[in-house]
Amino acid sequence: MNPPPISYRELTHNGLWKNNPALVQLLGLCPLLGVSNSVVNALGLGLATIVVLVCSNTIISLLRHQIPTTIRLPAYIIVIASLTTCVELLMRAYTYELYQILGIFIPIIVTNCAILGRADSFASRNSVIPSFWDGLVMGAGFLWVLVLLGAMREMFGSGTLFAQMSLIFGEVVNDWHLRILPTDIVTLAIILPPGAFICAGLLIALKNEIDYRIALHKQSTAPIHSGHKRVRVTGHI
Amino acid sequence: MLPRTSSPFLESQHNTGWIMRQVVLAAIPGTAMTIYWAGWGVFANIIIASLTALTLEAIVFLLRRRSVLFYLSDYSALVTALLLGVALPGSAPWWIAVSGSAFAIIIAKHLYGGLGYNPFNPAMAGYVFLLISFPLPMTQWPELGNVDGVTAATPLEFLQQNTTLSMAELWNGEILPFGPHDGFAWINIAFLLGGIYMLARKIFTWHAPVSMLVTLGLASAFFYDNGSATSQGSPLFHWFNGATMLGAFFIITEPVTSATHPLGRLIYGTAIGLAVFIIRAWGTYPEAIAFAVLLMNFAAPLIDRYTQSRVYGH
Repeated sequence: MNPPPISYRELTHNGLWKNNPALVQLLGLCPLLGVSNSVVNALGLGLATIVVLVCSNTIISLLRHQIPTTIRLPAYIIVIASLTTCVELLMRAYTYELYQILGIFIPIIVTNCAILGRADSFASRNSVIPSFWDGLVMGAGFLWVLVLLGAMREMFGSGTLFAQMSLIFGEVVNDWHLRILPTDIVTLAIILPPGAFICAGLLIALKNEIDYRIALHKQSTAPIHSGHKRVRVTGHI
Repeated sequence: MLPRTSSPFLESQHNTGWIMRQVVLAAIPGTAMTIYWAGWGVFANIIIASLTALTLEAIVFLLRRRSVLFYLSDYSALVTALLLGVALPGSAPWWIAVSGSAFAIIIAKHLYGGLGYNPFNPAMAGYVFLLISFPLPMTQWPELGNVDGVTAATPLEFLQQNTTLSMAELWNGEILPFGPHDGFAWINIAFLLGGIYMLARKIFTWHAPVSMLVTLGLASAFFYDNGSATSQGSPLFHWFNGATMLGAFFIITEPVTSATHPLGRLIYGTAIGLAVFIIRAWGTYPEAIAFAVLLMNFAAPLIDRYTQSRVYGH
């Protein structure tokens, strides 16, 4: 039996919106909630995750005929852990300060269920190029939620936006730093993990609301088929 | 002809609006006493919190496409704002009351589905949000009875920081209990009176408040050693300090977030009393009512599950 042909458009839609790892699958919540307290942290971790996800999807897809099913999970973890170590060493070499801030959350990418999930449910069953693309869009879906969450929490928590972006982009972007709230107000509850849960919950609610509106719109513009007619027997007509 | 209507045929006069108005009425003496001792800043906080709460409640009901006037007239937002405002230090800047009641109304109440569906007491959720977010302005209480902006540690903070003085030395033997300068005792007595009034009007049953106060008294009596330096305060001290009476009669009796069955309410009150004593005696925060209440709000559905009466026939 041949698998159905892969539509890249659908893959992209799935990764970025419909099956978003952070908003719908709720995978990788630990880094999502742990480091999303500023844009720069979120961006740093998101980029690291994309790199690992793309590479692991590609490699696992290449090896999919060699890996026995019974020990596939340890095999995937070895691939992912090696890649994570590479990323960690690279970050230590080029963005040392960011590496220090993110701390344990870089090695913990290994246990990010979003990556293992894609390896098991997609890369192990599909050829290399779709797997590469799936890794890229899933990672991008994770990244945009992470950055948006980071922006929300940085704005309402520390009252700044894009602070310390030079940790990633160098000294050029020092003046990106915006101050939203007066200096003396720091809302600790938003910076601490409860804020991450609340903001993530709000984002999920927003996504559901947008989906609901879209569905409603589609329903109202869809042509009405004749045939079933029911008579309303209660209330005012 | 007789009009045909569906059940229920006996209508209770005790709708939500009536109950909430009784709660506001019962809270007046305690509130007035707090304002007398802690200054007009508390009054300002209550006003700011109420205006914010009512405005946001109206906006949320507009967004939810509900009748604004109908729901605003149940006074529940006002009660939340009142309880939150009374708990805030009078010297706190205005945005404290605003963000606290915004958190209480939007996050703790309406995001969970509005009145009747909130698992946590909105006022206490707002208070804890503020306490965790802004520890500095939230712990600067003016010295009671001296409202010229002098901040001082509350008796509970004194007790927590004290390591060397005995109880009698700590307060020179004159303030506690019920000395003329013991503002917290007078505030608590006023809230106790309000609570007894509500009990008499059958707004709530006696189970939760009585079990909470008894447990708190027993626990503090058990660990009380006649006032040495390591003492945790006598039962009277714990009963009439901090927000004990406010908590016992106005917070833990909230019907939505507490257990429902009488036995469940006994368990609920006992656990809160115990948690209050544990946090006050060995926790990092001097006052514990809000944390204890939120903790047991979590547990209320579980308590309900094990204490509900069996339906006849099952």
